[in-house]
Amino acid sequence: MIKIEHLIKNYGTNCAVDDISFEVEEGEIVGFLGPNGAGKSTTMNILTGYLSSTSGKACIAGIDILKDPIGAKKLIGYLPEQPPLYLDMTVDEYLNFAYELKGCKLERREHLAKICETVKITEVRRKTIRTLSKGYRQRVGIAQALIGNPRVIIFDEPTVGLDPKQIIEIRNLIRGLGKHHTVILSTHILQEVQAVCDRIVIINKGKIVANEKTENISNVMANNRRFNVKIAGPQKDVLAMLRDLNGISYAEVLAERDGDAFTYMIETEFGVDIRKRLFYQLAERNWPLVGMEALGMSLEDIFISVVDSSESDKGTKREREARSRRNRAVSTERTIGEALYEDARKKRSEAAATLDEDDDE
Amino acid sequence: MLAIYRKEMRSYFINPIGYVYLGIYLVFSALLCCYMTLMAGTYDTTNYFFYLALSFIVLIPLLTMRLFAEERKLRTEQMLLTAPVSITGMVLGKYFAALTLFVSGALISTVNFIPLYVIANAESQASSVTLAHIGPVTGQIIGCFIAIVLLGAALIAVGTLISALTENQLSAAVITIGVIAAMVLLNVFNQLTDANGQPLIGSYVIRFIIDWVSVLSRYMIFSNGLLDWAALLYYVSIAFIFLFLTVRVYEKRRWG
Repeated sequence: MIKIEHLIKNYGTNCAVDDISFEVEEGEIVGFLGPNGAGKSTTMNILTGYLSSTSGKACIAGIDILKDPIGAKKLIGYLPEQPPLYLDMTVDEYLNFAYELKGCKLERREHLAKICETVKITEVRRKTIRTLSKGYRQRVGIAQALIGNPRVIIFDEPTVGLDPKQIIEIRNLIRGLGKHHTVILSTHILQEVQAVCDRIVIINKGKIVANEKTENISNVMANNRRFNVKIAGPQKDVLAMLRDLNGISYAEVLAERDGDAFTYMIETEFGVDIRKRLFYQLAERNWPLVGMEALGMSLEDIFISVVDSSESDKGTKREREARSRRNRAVSTERTIGEALYEDARKKRSEAAATLDEDDDE
Repeated sequence: MLAIYRKEMRSYFINPIGYVYLGIYLVFSALLCCYMTLMAGTYDTTNYFFYLALSFIVLIPLLTMRLFAEERKLRTEQMLLTAPVSITGMVLGKYFAALTLFVSGALISTVNFIPLYVIANAESQASSVTLAHIGPVTGQIIGCFIAIVLLGAALIAVGTLISALTENQLSAAVITIGVIAAMVLLNVFNQLTDANGQPLIGSYVIRFIIDWVSVLSRYMIFSNGLLDWAALLYYVSIAFIFLFLTVRVYEKRRWG
């Protein structure tokens, strides 16, 4: 349905998109994942004909966007990063404009009513867009993209700035769209693509790092297990025990304390489920396990693991080790940061609690 | 193109700008007509139209400043440029919307001549001389009206290009005022003469260039009630050139 071949986009000497090729099948939902400035928006803007590529080809249903821009644009519904809303129009006026602009042939009233129903904006149709909240504005933007039932729908960061409930609604909406449309969406939130997409294209610094089915990426994540465990016991002995335990590749103490319990960050070896064994070991020594929490992988971790696994046959063993050490250092820094933040929050809430008690007296 | 045209027309009247433009235009032209004809005691409308043309320096930017600058600022142009509409269609849609508002204003302002005809009618009935023509020369009014519309059409195209180059309505307006003022007033330099009655600007080439850039130089012909095809072509081609440049600006931005 969508075919991108060797796409390159230069801004002066700065290369925003560097030789990207991928394909999207009809009816697929593809997630475009990458940190800010990775080239996601640029790629989408080229795909929708807003920008031109420096070289390379982008085709929608076999129509080259550069050769027949109008023909290709007829097949696309696009929601840019910032929804293109005319703030002084009412929702109805705006959607009617979009309807006319796209030269839509469907029965107008019925079609617009159906779209408003789908994105749940029926109750605000007579309001001026300026008065709408961010969530509603985003939905009006999505409604605009859906007008004319385009075969391809492209969303650039559709959930940015929404509250968690709205995010879930929009994700469900996009999932629903996938039944009848080909959808591409970009995001820098990993959970989002995992929740919504059939396939994930990870892009970093203008290059495609990975192009995988969602399950495969999830497997990569499942392989690299990291936990925060809270154990009540003498810190040094516990740490020594953890480091000696079979299946744990790495352990360290975090600067977080809960009564006599300390928090440790452990990393297991590939394919080892350490949880039960760890519990029995601790029980044997009479060190109560106070808490255990699996740490999710961040986008950077995924990058590194994906790059690591795709490059594992390249480079010497030493280089690989260095890479994974670096990876670990980054994650430790972050956990310590989070711990400090936790601490500060705890202190604040304690202080608030004491204040409350004072009030009661 | 039609969708964009309709949207622009609507936006002139959702925002105060359409009313502001029409209001200022009508009040100003009415006052001008009053001072230049009734109070000056003449049926000659040449001066009226000439000063009206000068007022375009301020009035035209009101029409054109938001056309593209606003879209760029609010990022709504992304919607237009990713819709199945050509860039030419987009530019023309916006241009004709501004032109429509301008022409409507000019047409409405023709009511200013009613008092002239009424007075002329009364005067000719009272007059004993029956053969002399008393009253405004309709041919002259029609000629000047056509000239004004052509001039406006050319200047709106200039404003359109400037709006496409800026991201801020205010700077679009200020630059447009400057450029239109230059185009309108440049002619003055050609008319300057030294003590001997020779033109102050000696070089024929420079005088020729100024003559080409200055939009008022061809305006005068119409005020004699003549329809000059060369002048007509001149205004239409100015409009065409500036609209073409606007399209190029958008093409260029895509490749940038």
